[in-house]
Amino acid sequence: MVDLRVNFAGIKAPNPFFLASAPPTDKAYNVTRAFRAGWGGVVWKTLGEDPPVVNVSSRYGGVGFGGQRLMGLNNIELITDRPLELNLQEIKQIKRDWPDRAMIVSLMVPCDEASWYSILRRVEETGADGVELNFGCPHGMSERGMGSAVGQVPAYVEMVTTWCKQHSRLPVIVKLTPNITDILLPAAAAQRGGADAVSLINTVQSIASVDLDLMAPTPTVDGYGTHGGYCGPAVKPIALRMVADIARDPATSGLAISGIGGIASWRDAAEFIALGAGTVQVCTAAMHYGFRIVEDMIDGLSNWMDQKSYPDIASFTGRAIRNYVHWEDLDLAWKTIAHIDEAACIGCGLCHIACEDTAHQAIVPRQSGGRRSYAVIETACVGCNLCHHICPVTGCITMQAPAAQLPRQTWRDHPNNPLRREIDPA
Amino acid sequence: MSTIISPDICPAMPDVAAARLPPALLIANFADVHPPLSLDQSAIEAARCYFCHDAPCVAACPTAIDIPGFIRAIASGNLAGAGQRILSANILGGTCARVCPTDSLCQGACVRRTQQNQPVAIGALQRVATDHVLARAQATGSHPFTRAAPSGRRIAVVGAGPAGLACAHTLSRAGHEVTIFDAKPKPGGLNEYGIAAYKMADDFAAREVAFILGIGGITLHPGQTLGDDLDLASLRDEFDAVFLAIGQAGVNALTIPGETRANVLNAVDFIADLRQAELSRVAIGRRVVVIGGGNTAIDAATQALRLGADLVTIAYRRGRTEMSATGDEQTWALTNGVALRLWSAPVAIEGDEAVRAVRFARTRLDTDGQLKLTGEHFTLEADMVLKAVGQTLAKHPPQMDACPLPQIVGGRIAVDPLTRETSVPGIFAGGDCIAGADLTVQAVEDGKRAAAGIIGFLAAGATPHG
Ligand SMILES: Cc1cc2nc3c(=O)[nH]c(=O)nc-3n(C[C@H](O)[C@H](O)[C@H](O)COP(=O)(O)OP(=O)(O)OC[C@H]3O[C@@H](n4cnc5c(N)ncnc54)[C@H](O)[C@@H]3O)c2cc1C
Ligand SMILES: Cc1cc2nc3c(=O)[nH]c(=O)nc-3n(C[C@H](O)[C@H](O)[C@H](O)COP(=O)(O)O)c2cc1C
Ligand code: SF4
Repeated sequence: MVDLRVNFAGIKAPNPFFLASAPPTDKAYNVTRAFRAGWGGVVWKTLGEDPPVVNVSSRYGGVGFGGQRLMGLNNIELITDRPLELNLQEIKQIKRDWPDRAMIVSLMVPCDEASWYSILRRVEETGADGVELNFGCPHGMSERGMGSAVGQVPAYVEMVTTWCKQHSRLPVIVKLTPNITDILLPAAAAQRGGADAVSLINTVQSIASVDLDLMAPTPTVDGYGTHGGYCGPAVKPIALRMVADIARDPATSGLAISGIGGIASWRDAAEFIALGAGTVQVCTAAMHYGFRIVEDMIDGLSNWMDQKSYPDIASFTGRAIRNYVHWEDLDLAWKTIAHIDEAACIGCGLCHIACEDTAHQAIVPRQSGGRRSYAVIETACVGCNLCHHICPVTGCITMQAPAAQLPRQTWRDHPNNPLRREIDPA
Repeated sequence: MSTIISPDICPAMPDVAAARLPPALLIANFADVHPPLSLDQSAIEAARCYFCHDAPCVAACPTAIDIPGFIRAIASGNLAGAGQRILSANILGGTCARVCPTDSLCQGACVRRTQQNQPVAIGALQRVATDHVLARAQATGSHPFTRAAPSGRRIAVVGAGPAGLACAHTLSRAGHEVTIFDAKPKPGGLNEYGIAAYKMADDFAAREVAFILGIGGITLHPGQTLGDDLDLASLRDEFDAVFLAIGQAGVNALTIPGETRANVLNAVDFIADLRQAELSRVAIGRRVVVIGGGNTAIDAATQALRLGADLVTIAYRRGRTEMSATGDEQTWALTNGVALRLWSAPVAIEGDEAVRAVRFARTRLDTDGQLKLTGEHFTLEADMVLKAVGQTLAKHPPQMDACPLPQIVGGRIAVDPLTRETSVPGIFAGGDCIAGADLTVQAVEDGKRAAAGIIGFLAAGATPHG
């Protein structure tokens, strides 16, 4: 049996699956159901100062793909719209009822020390395990100088983090906005401020779609729309890259990372963990299917770890980082060639037309025994692997590396590179 | 070129023969009717599941398998978890994936059916997941369930069919020791001796039994018949509780003249022989008449055709809607080429030593819905007759000696609907020997419930002789 328990920046949980700060963690009722379903922890829906914010109706824009719903979800909600005291009482009660689960409280208050001091005092009294500073919300709050308005300015990130570390003994997680060019800057600022961890990503600024009858962005509120924050499976690749950059950079690699963005299965979670995350957070998938998706997350991750002989989460946290290199460190001499398994081919022709029209004219149609089939012209194939991604049959087109390869040569040393390293002839 | 000699010309020679088809064709005719889905097929199919909340398919499954849960696990590539989820609700999930009439169970309730008349292929997906777990258990010699600490309690299970096996496995998980007795030489009950061969291809019944026994704590005694070799009173004395899972070992007779002529067989015996023998040694008539309207009639007729019979006719005394065979099963027989004669009641089996024909009376419903003979008759030539007119509790009522007998109502053992306890404390019963759906999946559920009933009974401190 593998051990899924985590100790994340001093916060203990029975498994690495947390619910992100969002509607699923908005109140005691939901969080109780989540813990009953098996979630290892929650980040409570972001708290702010009273009086609470007011939300609009409707709030979400959905983006489907290929007949499936919610490839992406866009929201124009704000932080909690319930009174601070009510939230704090519920947090305290839940932590008491579920002592083994992680309870992290997300916070967003104006950018002055007194505001942070006062809310931190009150959160500590609940018995919560940590705080997450919401510097990410891309809409509604940033207009008031909070959320991503702070997260986009590294100096503010550092300043607020410093206050929180000074005024609280709780572990501090800084939640980063992806709406910035270089994620390393706010991450490094958080680290300078003394943060124990970062969590990312918050939502990506977006317009989900346009209602062509109303001529307004969706979701519409009495005929008008606004930009919102995008999340769900569509943002996972963006989040993975940002997580990996922080884990790889020597300046920030000491930070614990909670990976967020489009996680819907144990496999998604394992990918974030392999790129350096110590825990993961989920929002959209829970909003789509309910809390019990965590069952297969726990079970699937355990089975996979068992099969790979990883005894615990730490044993593969960041394992893929050593193989996440800069482009100029890739071997330009390494070749792969597409190979089509004729027996598996269903004759759709997609590989042929993709290569013919948009790649390197390396796949030719053939007739064999009245059946359509396709063959790779090995000399024309550059190994781009477009065909491999297009083929609907798993395992039909594989990229094979010829045994004889030329000597390794990276861009750093390549003759076409005007700034190449001079190779020492000795 | 050989000449076909019809029994009309040569009455002394009923045309019954084995190896009517070349071996390769026989093998093909009895191969897996629904071969397993490939990984791509199962991924496409799994993606069609909406992961319904409080899903109607689960409610429609007698064993309440978490169907959306296991399908999501298949979609995530967690086949082991998917299989575990199925088997924890139904340890015979592999058989059920193959034999359940899914169109009237889970798939009948699927919302995709409501939406587009195309339910998610739940049975086929269940097979992918359970096959994976069984193959892994076989390869590694491990078992996916563990046993609780030994309780020191011993339970006798009579009958190694689905009900008995499910009960034994559940009891073993709870730490009890189980002894299974079965009259037949091989365990599995109708999985081994009854279900159509092409549904249980490649010796699946035996592989599944081996898998189930892999948990340990279950001892099997074949060739032990309750009533002959064993009596209930001694079992009650010797064990802490008894579970009767004896199915329906008896068959109904037609009670018409000529029933004892040669080549007039019980369909269940014909199928049992077919399931055990090498296919090229199973004798089949050239013209076969099957009498009955249930799934046994369908299976007997279809397998007769696949053995190489020329003409197979199912004769039933009422109409199609009254047949107990499901719509899908009827369609299956018809697409295989079985002929259906409805409103036909057999009145005599004609011939000499062996059968040569069956004489039928035409029937109709009168205005009060009573079955009436019309007075018209007709005759179907037959080299072989297969009787499939229902089964009964036992060949002879088991000798129960000094022990009070469990109460029998309507030919089935009466039980408490919750615990499956019979009228005799400490004696439980389930599967086809109690009233119910007469399906494998129901037998499994009965076995599970009886195990829970027995665990409750033992926890309450009672013993049958205490
Ligand atoms: C021809 C046929 C085809 C079928 N096809 C399907 C199908 O496709 N799908 C489906 O869901 N269901 C099908 N069924 C029904 C299904 O097989 C049964 O509902 C199921 O097997 C019942 O399980 P059981 O454990 O109660 O009894 P059985 O499977 O009948 O097992 C009873 C066991 O008890 C043993 N036994 C009996 N009497 C004694 C005794 N006195 N002492 C010791 N042992 C005894 C028997 O040898 C046997 O092993 C079919 C049934 C038949 C007859
Ligand atoms: C409706 C909605 C409300 C959200 N509210 C908050 C919030 O109050 N505080 C916060 O830090 N993040 C908030 N988020 C962002 C999520 O916590 C999470 O970072 C983001 O949705 C990406 O994860 P996902 O792809 O699993 O949904 C919200 C997201 C949604 C969809
Ligand atoms: S999910 Fe639907 S029903 Fe529930 S609050 Fe939102 S709009 Fe209303």
